[in-house]
Amino acid sequence: MNMIAWLQTLRWWRIGTAFALVAFAASLMPSAAFAGGDKAAVNITKFAFAPKDITVAPGTTIVWTNHDEAPHTVSSRDKTFGSKGLDTNDTFEFTFASEGDFAYICAVHPFMTGTVHVRKP
Amino acid sequence: MKSSDPAALAPRLSRRQALRCLASWTGAAVVWSVVGGVPRALGATRAGDVAPAAANTLTFAQISDTHIGFRKEANPDVVGSLRRAMADINALPQRPAFVVHTGDVSHLSRPEEFGQARELLQELRVERVHTVPGEHDTLDDGVAGYLRVFDHDAAGRAYFSFDQGGVHFVGLNNVLNFKPGTLAALGDDQLAWLKRDLAGKSSSTPIVVLAHIPMWTVWEPWGWGTADSAEALALLRPFGSVTVLNGHIHQVLQKVEGNVALHTAMSLAYPLPTPGQAGIGEPGPVTVAASELGKLLGTRELTVVRGKHELAMIDTPLER
Repeated sequence: MNMIAWLQTLRWWRIGTAFALVAFAASLMPSAAFAGGDKAAVNITKFAFAPKDITVAPGTTIVWTNHDEAPHTVSSRDKTFGSKGLDTNDTFEFTFASEGDFAYICAVHPFMTGTVHVRKP
Repeated sequence: MKSSDPAALAPRLSRRQALRCLASWTGAAVVWSVVGGVPRALGATRAGDVAPAAANTLTFAQISDTHIGFRKEANPDVVGSLRRAMADINALPQRPAFVVHTGDVSHLSRPEEFGQARELLQELRVERVHTVPGEHDTLDDGVAGYLRVFDHDAAGRAYFSFDQGGVHFVGLNNVLNFKPGTLAALGDDQLAWLKRDLAGKSSSTPIVVLAHIPMWTVWEPWGWGTADSAEALALLRPFGSVTVLNGHIHQVLQKVEGNVALHTAMSLAYPLPTPGQAGIGEPGPVTVAASELGKLLGTRELTVVRGKHELAMIDTPLER
């Protein structure tokens, strides 16, 4: 192995170690953005989504729960996700894999609007 | 005369009329006669004073917002409420030609709710039942699930028209085609169809329009209006007598614009707050004492007198 090849190997090893350290750190902090599999809650109460705007990291699953007596839906404008009619205490979840802004409404009451902002921290 | 401006209308209302108006808001029955497209209050109904319709007249009944599948505190027995209304209709002195249901047949658009509703409605001793969809009937897959059970003319769409007793009836679907944050709409396709449908009719033909959501903006923050209703009303305005029957808001409201009279009906499931009611920020079911519920639910009977363009309306609560 010549010197250049050895240095390259060393460089890759360093990068690998750096990744391993990040992964280790993330495993110690369950809320870290890179961990994935996080859950966040949006409540449907009194004909409104709360919070109306929510920002999460990629990989986060949002769980919507309908607390109203009236049924609601969670229907994204671009049809990436959409629930069936949610009766009282019914839930709907969707995992946001990639970055972007996802606007949604309730198809029963289109005046109810919300947006999920997916951002790398 | 355009009477959409409340200030212009106010001086013409007597105190007695205003009280009747108030009574209609709280669910008491008011008899309406529509002469030349202008409704006139004839007085409050009492049990059993529904006069038999004269010969040569067409009578039909309106029910609305049955919400089959709803079983919350506001009304744990919507099936019982519907059955009582159907018994009232079956007991009318003159059997109505048909019954119209102005939407929200089901509560959650579930196949079993549509199926149960269809079975229940067969208890009506009338020739047929015409329905239009409500937004509760289009929750999951638009009108597809609703049409599997309630396709009026097997045309695969939720709007239709037919002629009976000299009256042209039009059923519309105004619960879809919404843009986020706004009201639902009829949409361009349906408006084009309506234009074609009305094209061959003489302007003396009385028109009755059925649609779930009010065809005028009752209260926009709650979605109580149709985004493109003005375009539909422009097509209807040339006709001498137009009666628009709506549901959705679970209470009786009326509005007159020239020859066009618009009416909302009571629900057979549960009451909703009055538009923008103080202290209630959203149009959710209102729970009232069990003894009061029957007074806030009810049916409507309409009589068309042939040759006079006259529609008599009787709103009847389940309990008087």
